[in-house]
Amino acid sequence: MAGSMGIPVDNPQTQKPVPMAATIRLKDIAHARSGDKGNHANVGIIAYTTAGFEFLGRYLTETRLAEFLLPLRPRQVERFEMPGILAYNFVLRDILAGGASRSLRTDNQGKVLSLAVLEMPIPAPANLDAMRRPE
Amino acid sequence: MLIRIGNGAGFWGDNLDAPRCLAERGELDYLTLEYLAELTLSILAHQRSRNPEAGFVADFLTVLESLVPVLRAQPRLKVVTNAGGMSPAQCARQTARMLAAAGLGDTRLAAVSGDDLLPRLDGLCAAGEEFSNLDSGRKLAEVRPEIASANAYLGARGIVDALGQGARIVITGRVADASLTVGPAIHEFGWRWNDWDRLATATVAGHLIECGAQATGGMFSGWDSTLSLRELGYPIAVLSEAGELMITKPAGTGGAVTVDTVAEQLVYEIGDPQHYLTPDVDTDFSQVQLHAAGPDQVVVSGAIGAPAPPRFKVSMAYRDGYMATGTLVICGEQAGVKARQCADLIFSRLRTAGVVLQRTHVECLGTGDTLPGVWPRRDDVQEVVLRIAVHDPARVAVERFVREFSPLVGSGPPGVTGYTGPRVKPYPVFAYWPTTVARDHVQPVVEVSDANGWINGNSGR
Repeated sequence: MAGSMGIPVDNPQTQKPVPMAATIRLKDIAHARSGDKGNHANVGIIAYTTAGFEFLGRYLTETRLAEFLLPLRPRQVERFEMPGILAYNFVLRDILAGGASRSLRTDNQGKVLSLAVLEMPIPAPANLDAMRRPE
Repeated sequence: MLIRIGNGAGFWGDNLDAPRCLAERGELDYLTLEYLAELTLSILAHQRSRNPEAGFVADFLTVLESLVPVLRAQPRLKVVTNAGGMSPAQCARQTARMLAAAGLGDTRLAAVSGDDLLPRLDGLCAAGEEFSNLDSGRKLAEVRPEIASANAYLGARGIVDALGQGARIVITGRVADASLTVGPAIHEFGWRWNDWDRLATATVAGHLIECGAQATGGMFSGWDSTLSLRELGYPIAVLSEAGELMITKPAGTGGAVTVDTVAEQLVYEIGDPQHYLTPDVDTDFSQVQLHAAGPDQVVVSGAIGAPAPPRFKVSMAYRDGYMATGTLVICGEQAGVKARQCADLIFSRLRTAGVVLQRTHVECLGTGDTLPGVWPRRDDVQEVVLRIAVHDPARVAVERFVREFSPLVGSGPPGVTGYTGPRVKPYPVFAYWPTTVARDHVQPVVEVSDANGWINGNSGR
């Protein structure tokens, strides 16, 4: 299972690392902000470069983000494009366990969702250098 | 012609000194102050039910008092705020008293109301409004007796009307946050109400500055320790009559206005970016572009406007039992394990006492529990905060819950501390009920008078 996720694992049989694709974090190629609307949250993920925006368009699907956030049980994840600023806005429905008024969580307004999403491991794209934050 | 609109407050509780710093250094035409989150009005309604002189954001009086020297030194500066909450006229009256005492009794103040639908709710229902929950589809009848507040989001019209009557300080109840910026722009430039692209640009401007420092480096996910957040500058929208927009901040202040900080605020709390809806305009954010124009200057272009929606958003709140949150600090070896055992002990004692709470939530903060299962779980820490939050229709059950924390200092595992100070109290829950109303059913009510007139009770409509 770990292998299919692209995460490097040691093979004790051969004592040699199984060759796997390198993994980066989403934060290596994008930044983000999250917030609330009632019981829904949104997280806007902004690529640093056009190359990163195109890569995330293929890789960061609604399904992938929903899987990453599965422990928080969103009812639905919907993605919207904002090509003008190289961003994808994800609307995460009913993810806040009651929202600002009723949620029992510390983060009842989804403020820290963005930082958690930026820690998402993703397979390193071939043209990674074209996606990093420009100096 | 350009106008500069700065926003010095992003929420109720924001930095009290920010508005003065912004007004002193921002060369502003307008200072806006935004105070109302989704549920603030239910809290203000609760306050007003206990004290008829309350019901607005009292922080505003403190802020405006600090602004008196600026108001004297900058006779053109105007202030637009939604601090009126549930009681814009009451807020205007108390503001007037403060201004008169400071020698500014000739200042013209406006109160903009008409957003409060609660007194009219039955009539509106009879007129065919259903007020079903926009998210869940539930019928209003399920919670009707418990409704504590019901406010439509007004647009910019009341603000434009007030400014047209010469108001220097405009105090509104619930209006769309962006309308605090759209109103001054329409008043200054004389834009038509169907000049959709310009209204859209001003709406983007209002959206970008409405949360204060969140546009200027606050909350920025690309933060590193080189970004100074001391004396953070609050944001300024520079708008032109032709509909051009630049975001900046006062020179010499902390924080940063960059393409990245502004982009993060553009996506903040939005849904479908092609339809950012306010009573003024249906704005398409998706083609908006950002370009650095200089140090702490970002030009914003590409906002597209479409006709305003036929229905206004309405934010209702209903009474929904009681909540309380208790915390303990657990230290030493196996802190996470001990914390979870403390939580078990609390619930076990409650069961023995015959108390079963409707909803409970346990977090061991420090182990990754703000987003359990998303953050990596870490139980090998030396200290955690055990935080338990509960919700129940019965206040007495919640009161029993808060009693169960302090005994653990002496009767729990070793290393329990952090339970000093006053015991937490159960607080009433006002749950959110988003809905809509036909725009024809909502009209702004504008009252304008000078401060002395407000004090003498002869504000004219």
